Amino acid sequence: MYKYDEYDQTIVDSRVAEFRDQVARRIAGEITEDQFKPLRLMNGLYLQLHAYMLRVAVPYGTLSGKQMRTLGHIARKYDRGYGHFTTRQNIQYNWIKLEEAPDILAELAAVEMHAIQTSGNCIRNISSDQYAGAAADEIEDPRPWAELLRQWSSFHPEFSYLPRKFKIAVIASDEDRAAIQLHDIGLQIRHNDAGELGFRVYVGGGMGRTPMIAPVIRDFLPAADFVSYMEACLRVYNRYGRRDNIYKARIKILVHEIGAAEYARQVEEEWAHVKTLGLDPPPGEFERIAAHFAPPAFETGLSDEIDRSDPDFALWLDSNTHAHKQPGYAIAVISLKPIGGIPGDASAEQIELMADLAERYSFDELRVTHAQNIVLPHVKKADLYALWKALDDAGLGTANLDLISDIIACPGLDYCSLANARSIPIAQKIAKRFENMDRQRDLGELKLKISGCINACGHHHAGHIGILGVDRKGEENYQLLFGGSGAEDASLAKIAGPGFNEDGIVDAVEKAVETYRTLREDGERFVDTYRRVGMQPFKEAIYG
Amino acid sequence: MKILTGNDLETGDVVWWTGEFWSRHVEESIDVADGGDAIAAREEGARRVNAPYVIDAEQTDVGPRPLHIKDRIRAIGPTVRPDLAVRPVDAAAGNWVI
Repeated sequence: MYKYDEYDQTIVDSRVAEFRDQVARRIAGEITEDQFKPLRLMNGLYLQLHAYMLRVAVPYGTLSGKQMRTLGHIARKYDRGYGHFTTRQNIQYNWIKLEEAPDILAELAAVEMHAIQTSGNCIRNISSDQYAGAAADEIEDPRPWAELLRQWSSFHPEFSYLPRKFKIAVIASDEDRAAIQLHDIGLQIRHNDAGELGFRVYVGGGMGRTPMIAPVIRDFLPAADFVSYMEACLRVYNRYGRRDNIYKARIKILVHEIGAAEYARQVEEEWAHVKTLGLDPPPGEFERIAAHFAPPAFETGLSDEIDRSDPDFALWLDSNTHAHKQPGYAIAVISLKPIGGIPGDASAEQIELMADLAERYSFDELRVTHAQNIVLPHVKKADLYALWKALDDAGLGTANLDLISDIIACPGLDYCSLANARSIPIAQKIAKRFENMDRQRDLGELKLKISGCINACGHHHAGHIGILGVDRKGEENYQLLFGGSGAEDASLAKIAGPGFNEDGIVDAVEKAVETYRTLREDGERFVDTYRRVGMQPFKEAIYG
Repeated sequence: MKILTGNDLETGDVVWWTGEFWSRHVEESIDVADGGDAIAAREEGARRVNAPYVIDAEQTDVGPRPLHIKDRIRAIGPTVRPDLAVRPVDAAAGNWVI
């Protein structure tokens, strides 16, 4: 894992001291809320429905056991005993007191964490593949590149006031587990025909009120030019992105309006200049960063055999583990989606347990996934049973990864001041309706995603089944969408028709699922069947 | 009726204007009629509240009830965590919200 150097630590410590002073001045009345709001937002502190909410950055989703334990400690000491893992691999606390926020940031800084750039019109937390450094199908660990981006983008003076927020994701496999085509910039590490390392660059994707799949603007960017090219991409956006209309300010609008080819041309033109500025770090600097991500000391000669005699364990094994690059090891996914639970929530005790288990079984590493689950990336297969037993005893052993109850849901109107409708109760009711695990497994991979407003934090556009909560004359109403995907086969879901109330949407989902079950051919997932047969059979089933 | 709400500056708690002070309990709200904005400006200036705003409400047997669900959820707490509600012992709170 990356370790702060003296510069990183000094920057973060200084920011804590600065924010402590700003909070004191706000409480003393020396600055108004209008003056204070942009300052607190730059430190991840929002004012939400019930209280202040603090969003803590988890760079590319990677945490140590010590960091995770601190997150649990903060949940217990400063919040109400839990935290909420988000769709951008971060964690949010919902009940923060302004006067205690500087103390929380100080506790985070002590474990090399912060909440900087988790809000505002800047480059946000860089996200990545939650299986980075462990997946059998990656060509190299994408996190050193994500870390390079983090360092480049942190406090970047030119990009602190962009037209709108900016989200970047980096992966290194053909399977896209980070939804890169739905980011402002998506980067796929790859080799060209000559075997050289570089990136395929997607720009202009996103969800929100105008969802778009990012086009490729450069099929191969040499790795050595990475930073200068990113600088050029951002400069063109910063210069021409709209600032007159918040709804048209994201880069996807710019790329769409001038066209991907013209945007790419302007980037190339800018890049020709930027390249002369010496922004790309020397190879030694990248190697310094990459050394922090060296593989752990895996044991060799381990068996891949696993005792499957406990049937419940065998189900979890089949559902919640993933192939590891190292023989004898597996990637284990901890579901934060117990049936009837709140997607992404974990209690302080659960967070601390996951920290303990990471130290014991996974070389002291955890990952947060954009699907609001937790990953232990390096678990010996021989340890999986003991791990599962510990998880199961703590309510963390649900074997539902990528099944219909593994629902992404934003906080919705239960917590969020932007929301129009509640998301969590819908997720709970759908999970309960499909709580029979045999039924879930029969349905196979089915990604259901719920947002409580058009901003789409719950990724409803990218759901095989998406649900969007809207306000219809003061009543919660839920639109149903089909056919989205945030994976390498990225697609945008389409609205089926008129919306439903809270109970009606659950019935409609069940009718859609049963339609799929009737129409599916061998090996087809829900989204495959939808793509083959189209919307009509589903509409007929739902609306009669 | 019109009632006035906001958040406590230091704690972030949802608060309601009673005519004399800010209460955690919506049922203690008073009708501010057309005077809400002036009260809000005065109270915000004195740092007794943060981000106050006026909302529509209806008078009920148990006191004012905000007309919009968002403010009813603010008044009670998240519907999915009744244990964290302003009055966690009130089993009927969910019906009041929805």
